[in-house]
Amino acid sequence: MKVVVLGCGRSGAALTLMLASRGHEVTVIERSPDALRRLGKKPEAEIVIGNGLDMDVLEKAGVAQCDAFLAMTRGDNTNLMAAQVVKKRFRVSKVMVKVADPVRAEAYREMGLYCINASALIAGLCIDHLVDAPFRPINEYNVLVEELRI
Amino acid sequence: MYVIVVGGGNVGFQLTKRLIARGHEVLLLEKDPRQAVKLSETIGDQYILSGDGCELHVQKLAGFGRADVVVAATGEDEDNLVVSQLAKGKWNVERVVARVNDPEHESVFKDLGIDDTVSATRLIFNLIDQQLETDDVVPVGALHQGHVEVVEAVLSHRSPFVGKAVREISLPTDTFLVWLSRDGTGMTVSGETVFAGGDTVVAMVPVAQAEELRDALTSGT
Repeated sequence: MKVVVLGCGRSGAALTLMLASRGHEVTVIERSPDALRRLGKKPEAEIVIGNGLDMDVLEKAGVAQCDAFLAMTRGDNTNLMAAQVVKKRFRVSKVMVKVADPVRAEAYREMGLYCINASALIAGLCIDHLVDAPFRPINEYNVLVEELRI
Repeated sequence: MYVIVVGGGNVGFQLTKRLIARGHEVLLLEKDPRQAVKLSETIGDQYILSGDGCELHVQKLAGFGRADVVVAATGEDEDNLVVSQLAKGKWNVERVVARVNDPEHESVFKDLGIDDTVSATRLIFNLIDQQLETDDVVPVGALHQGHVEVVEAVLSHRSPFVGKAVREISLPTDTFLVWLSRDGTGMTVSGETVFAGGDTVVAMVPVAQAEELRDALTSGT
């Protein structure tokens, strides 16, 4: 599978390394060359230096031909904008977005975007482990807790 | 009218000041607490809310639900997009205006459901571009997101328009002659208005036809 990852922070880099080790063809877009050290000395991924909201950069990374796009920067809004552009303009069917704000994640989930909220996932996993309950399918963790609902 | 402005940089600040002067109910959202304090001291803290305008609970506190207009005026396009999409999608705000910093993003915003964008870069670029093309025709302003030009020209005494009525001359499609000034006196223009040499003519024209209008108004010079 050809995958484009936006952001080479901790989660983007981990994702890139795991995908590459499983034999997928990965291109990572990152604005700061410093961050690429997270990929090790001989990265097995294609690297495009640039801003993921720049259409030229997205094109250069080959989003038009990719099977999946994952927006993993630490900026929720950057991730949300890039993911929507890739989905709408480049017609990529599998698009996933990392969103740190659980309320914003829920709002965009309602608009049809696949948003992952790490804090909800971790909290759910911790609680299940704490009470010795079996782990559940991911979508059951990836929801907004009622208390935060607006 | 209740207007919420998101982003207390220069654009948001100047806009808020003017809206207050017009007598509107205005709230300016600024996410940097220090900048919010500075703004409060300048225009009064009843007009400022310190908080991230991209967060739904801040939006709720600000009263997005009853806003007539939301303006996303931050310096970051991705933030302006999210503010606009939430204002429209979650709060059903009637009118949402987004500032777009990268002109390339105007069409992106449109694709993502935000039609009402303003790009200062585009406006300034259009103005400079027009200024470079000719000095006889002065672009007074660019309207409708830079798609309409307002131009001003002085008719030469040898212009083919001199001595003719407006209805007799042919101008590019959708040109609108707004106003004419003769010997320091201004007048509105009708089909019967007859041009004289030295008249200053003000016209509105779609950008695509601007070149053609410019040529027409300066012929005979």
